[in-house]
Amino acid sequence: MAMNSSGKNGFVLPGEPVTPRHVHASRRDWLRWTAAAGTAALAGPFPALASEQTVTPPGELAPLASQPSQVAGAQARDALTAWEHVTQYNNFYEFGAGKTDPFDNAHALQTSPWEVKVEGLVNKPRTWALEDLLKLAPMEERIYRLRCVEGWSMVIPWIGYSLTALIKASQPQGSAKYVQFVTLADPETMPGVRSSRILDWPYTEGLRMDEALHPLTLLAFGLYGEVLPNQNGAPLRVVVPWKYGFKSAKSIVRIRFVEDQPATAWNKAAPREYGFYSNVNPDVPHPRWSQASERRIGEGGLFAKKRKTLPFNGYAEQVGQLYAGMDLRKNY
Amino acid sequence: MAMDGGMPLADRLPAHGTIRSRKKTGLRRLLLHPVAKPLLFAACLLPFAWLVLALFTQQLGANPAEALQHATGIWALRFLCLALAVTPLRVRTGTPQLARFRRMLGLFVFFYACLHLLTYLWFDMWFAWADIAADIPQRPFILAGFATWLALLPLALTSTNKMIRRLGARRWKRLHRLVYAVAALALLHFFWMRSGKHNYAEVWFYAAIIGLLLLERVLRSYQRKRQARVGALR
Repeated sequence: MAMNSSGKNGFVLPGEPVTPRHVHASRRDWLRWTAAAGTAALAGPFPALASEQTVTPPGELAPLASQPSQVAGAQARDALTAWEHVTQYNNFYEFGAGKTDPFDNAHALQTSPWEVKVEGLVNKPRTWALEDLLKLAPMEERIYRLRCVEGWSMVIPWIGYSLTALIKASQPQGSAKYVQFVTLADPETMPGVRSSRILDWPYTEGLRMDEALHPLTLLAFGLYGEVLPNQNGAPLRVVVPWKYGFKSAKSIVRIRFVEDQPATAWNKAAPREYGFYSNVNPDVPHPRWSQASERRIGEGGLFAKKRKTLPFNGYAEQVGQLYAGMDLRKNY
Repeated sequence: MAMDGGMPLADRLPAHGTIRSRKKTGLRRLLLHPVAKPLLFAACLLPFAWLVLALFTQQLGANPAEALQHATGIWALRFLCLALAVTPLRVRTGTPQLARFRRMLGLFVFFYACLHLLTYLWFDMWFAWADIAADIPQRPFILAGFATWLALLPLALTSTNKMIRRLGARRWKRLHRLVYAVAALALLHFFWMRSGKHNYAEVWFYAAIIGLLLLERVLRSYQRKRQARVGALR
């Protein structure tokens, strides 16, 4: 794991309490956040145990049982980002372009009943009811770093299973080279879809087949021990931890297996800024956001120094070989 | 300023354009009241005070640095709109008393622009000057923002009475036309910043306000020239 405990670039030992060093962060807030994150103060003296961080469900939504994932790289040791931040600071443009818009507006989303159509170059196309997808494979808890293209990051305990399970059940044909995700675009419940021309709705994303089959690529149904909050992409989404956050499509209604590289929403909107691959890469600058460093949300408040961004968001060991021989500056 | 006295200024000062009313109404008397300026000063500090309070009471959300950056930037732009509105309002409503607030509003543009720049230098770059020097030319929207601040700097530095006297009214006025470049650069900075996400609604809103305020000046200057021509022919 690309963990650096020198403290030089802002990394802290796992489980070290995020004690505010400055007057502005009151002790009460620290208690609230720590309680919400449910973590790490306890594990503080035992960094070796920190990979089994305790995740305390906030008691807001239906619980979703899971076992800690055994997949390599699926247990980031970074301190968890508080549930409040995970659920109230989101990019989900269907619900508005402001960071708190999804929290304010996503309650309108109807997640039941929910169906996902698996189609395209597969031997077993099928329209899945959410209930059946929930039973397809055992639920695992995975603690992933999430790096947004805007230069901030979080650490989130997701619940789900490797997308591989669904891909295998669908039996893709040899000609299937890519997987496309199509997400919900409902003008009735999504104010952003109604009023904004920011993106060409519906939001679509895509992965190369080997990326989609990588065990770290998660089909997520929950976070923090509960089902996904609407603003985080309920009832199901993908999470691809080594790519910028926008690659991880939310509220998926269709999964298509295709031969050619599929169009993706942000790439269509601004091809020079958002590539198809969009792997986290500190060496490929973005016209708007330096990608060399990132602000870990909730970490030390305003006066915390930014962290250095790691290639593939710290998952190079697990996924680096997928891109062997590729020019990552060109294939950004 | 000479306008602080209780003289019927509308009679004394030749104002351009149409003067709709020369009556000294209650509002105009209020504008000349000695507490008017301190009151406005306090009001201009309210956004700053609110931000400080919100910061200390943890109300800036998950990313306080970003919230501060956005708020200080948008307030600089709002004060720029206010400062640019003074003269059109003064002339069109025949309220010369408004002129005494223009300098303060302009200096608050600079104040919020400095805070905005500071959020970048501090929370984004941690005063790593080498990184900053590399970052500014690499990212056009930051370059535009920095140029905006640079263009504001001489305006703030020459805002004192002493500097006006030293430069002479004509040269001072010419220098302060730089504010139009400030407006254009500020909008460009805002536009480029938002172009990453195609999210232009707010940009168009402020561009429309500034556009109107500049259009008013163009029209007024045209009217003035025509009047001068007509006068010369008589």
